[in-house]
Amino acid sequence: MKKIFYLLFIVLAALAVQFSCSKDTEGRTDNLAPLNASNIDIDAGKWKPVLLSRPDTFAVAAPLPVTNPNYVAELNEIKGYQKNLSSSQTANIKYWSAGGVLRWNEVMRELVAKYNLPPYQNADGSYPIPSSANPFAYPMFPFANPPYAGRAYAYVSAAQYDALVACWYYKKLYNRPAPYKTDSSIQAKASKTDLPSYPSEAAVLAGVTAEMMKLLFPTEIANVEQKAKDQENAAIMSGAATRSDVLAGEALGRSIAQVFIARGRTDKAGAAVGTPEQWKKLETDCIAKGETPWYSLETPRRNPMLPFYGNVKAFLFDSATKVSLMPPPPPLTKSDQMKKETEEVLSYITNPARENIRIVHFWADGVGTYTPPGHWDAIAAEDFIAKNFSEVRWARNMALLNMAVMDAGIVCWYTKYHYYNPRPTQMDPSIKTLTGIPNFPSFISGHSTFSGAAATILAHIIPENAEKYKAMASEASMSRLYGGIHYRSDCSVGLEVGTNVGNYAVARAKTDGAE
Amino acid sequence: MNVLRLFKNNFFALLLLCALNPVKVKAQTDQDAVMMIKNNFCVGPVYNYSSWKNYWEGTLKRENLNLGTVSTQSFSLMGNYGITSKLNVLFNMPYVKTKATAGTLHGLKGLQDLSLWLKWLPYEKDWGNSSFSVYGVGGLSFPTTNYVADFLPLSIGLHSTNLSARIIADYQVGNLFVTGSGTYTYRTNIKIDRTAYYTTEMHLTNKVEMPDVAVFNLRAGYRSHFLIAEAVLTNQTTLGGFDIRRNDMPFPSNKMNMTSAGVGFKYTVHKIPALSIIGGGSYVVAGRNVGQSRSVYGGIFYVFSFSHKEKANQEDKKN
Repeated sequence: MKKIFYLLFIVLAALAVQFSCSKDTEGRTDNLAPLNASNIDIDAGKWKPVLLSRPDTFAVAAPLPVTNPNYVAELNEIKGYQKNLSSSQTANIKYWSAGGVLRWNEVMRELVAKYNLPPYQNADGSYPIPSSANPFAYPMFPFANPPYAGRAYAYVSAAQYDALVACWYYKKLYNRPAPYKTDSSIQAKASKTDLPSYPSEAAVLAGVTAEMMKLLFPTEIANVEQKAKDQENAAIMSGAATRSDVLAGEALGRSIAQVFIARGRTDKAGAAVGTPEQWKKLETDCIAKGETPWYSLETPRRNPMLPFYGNVKAFLFDSATKVSLMPPPPPLTKSDQMKKETEEVLSYITNPARENIRIVHFWADGVGTYTPPGHWDAIAAEDFIAKNFSEVRWARNMALLNMAVMDAGIVCWYTKYHYYNPRPTQMDPSIKTLTGIPNFPSFISGHSTFSGAAATILAHIIPENAEKYKAMASEASMSRLYGGIHYRSDCSVGLEVGTNVGNYAVARAKTDGAE
Repeated sequence: MNVLRLFKNNFFALLLLCALNPVKVKAQTDQDAVMMIKNNFCVGPVYNYSSWKNYWEGTLKRENLNLGTVSTQSFSLMGNYGITSKLNVLFNMPYVKTKATAGTLHGLKGLQDLSLWLKWLPYEKDWGNSSFSVYGVGGLSFPTTNYVADFLPLSIGLHSTNLSARIIADYQVGNLFVTGSGTYTYRTNIKIDRTAYYTTEMHLTNKVEMPDVAVFNLRAGYRSHFLIAEAVLTNQTTLGGFDIRRNDMPFPSNKMNMTSAGVGFKYTVHKIPALSIIGGGSYVVAGRNVGQSRSVYGGIFYVFSFSHKEKANQEDKKN
């Protein structure tokens, strides 16, 4: 009998060893090959920027000729690094060589998830509001909820795009070859390319992004500046850029960011929180129309999430167009239609199917996540990796996607607070939900609107995936009904409105010179 | 060892299975110093109810008005079979149901993990009216259904497959005993329904690394043929994991630590010695990323003997 026990013990021990070897989890983008653009888009300097009126609004001085002794010294700096690369320097090169737009988008998603936490209530039952003037005090600024996140992704992506258009303009103009082309003893530790190296696109991205983050994530400036340095070091050590390529690129990026920061300070996002008097008025206006107004379902009742975000200045259309994109009203709260829709929600959460719960949780993107806009960036990023886009095309496509998603959020929020429609659980408290109920009115579904816009522009960018994106958007939309937090009409109308917003991004894509 | 709840360790730590045999009471959970005799099979239902209102968000103790009181009910079938009097195999199969009294979150229910243990008594020494014994326990538990792990505090379990190794030492003088044990549990990674999550950094994967767990258990009290009454102290430490952030939701790989104190009894019916009743309760006195739960449990066990009478008597004498 002892033998049997020993035998079993050995089997268990062997199992344990086997399991323990596989405990490290690998992220989907941990081990990417260096970005090797299938087309370097040498004429991208002619593409239409978002805010800049010209690609040369900010001057970049002509570089020294490659025979100049000062440039030769810069090449020697690279050789010095390449002689003794540490393992962490090699890892840094590998990380950034997968693509700067990709990596900064991942950094953004991480910051959004980190800051996407609703503030805890005060002792008197009110809620503290994060303050950009005092960002380190609890609750830290920002509360990176979906509208905040959608706007942040859009600003960073659009600024990166404009900065890279300018970068490409000067690259073609000055046509300085990469260090490894000038000096054959310098290795290309990332991909080899015919793209001119001055100014460095990596440094442009580092500069423009670091600058934008000062506005969006002020408590993370030290962290972000370190990453910007890492990216620039990776560019130099990999043999892709010299010190002067990097200096010129970073300065250009930081300058162009100022244009976007100036817009960000005056786009009305600062007034999106509103005041207690304004919150009360939303409620009384709704009652005056004879409708049941939305109430927060949290205890204590939380002030509505960014009720005036609908007034934020959109990237793709003016405010009259925004109003025209708002759908007609939802079923009246006392109507039979509303009653039927509420009953349908109840039926979905009564003994929910495991597959439906999977769908709810796959798309939930709630508290502590990178939000639905970030989820669509993640979806896009994985497909963009496979397309081998150049950095400037990556930036252009991410900008189109994120401007569409941000503007979808603006129309969605405008609609939500215009109708101020209650959530299903408010109409029937027996509706328990399979994910948290977001703290804003029901009609129209934010997930549906974001997803409709994202799927529409992505289908234009990668037409062979059009059906896939459409199916994903539809599943994301329905997940809110399965989860018990939206009526069917919130979802279907939201999807439609999102698609309409997405078409504005498609119209821009057709005329920006990149196709 | 479930988040914000503790059914697992707390629960099994307290569970006594049946007593059986009138000669020397040695019956059996995976945590006690009691064995079933050869060819006897003890089996029965156990009900456990645990609930908490306060929990630790990291080290900060708080309530949550959007959860109210979170409760977990578990209906288990437990059993223990004596392969020999020195080697037992045990199992437990719970059906679990969760609920929150406030807020809007939906409770979940379902069959949870099947646990199996091999319990071995390699060393035993008697002198006078006292005895000392050492046990080794190897355990395996695995989810029996595709239940949701990533919906804490309302998920019914964490969905990892666990391998555990435990050493138990027991000392008895007359009817008084003290038992101490230490357990190391290896947990496999789990997969969740979403494709990315944040711990202290972003993870772009649906796989979650589950830290291992160490548990120390001390129990002492009265043990006779017909009655066991004991006080139980349990400490669980998660070897890794991270703290819940301010006002965030809990996550399966949180650092879930707790110390609980409780009592338990097992009563064997005099007229029907094959029948026993168990019960008890516990309270979490300190914790981190867990609920401050109170638990009560009760169960009934019956022993079926598959050995011939004579053989059984022989076994009894050996014991």
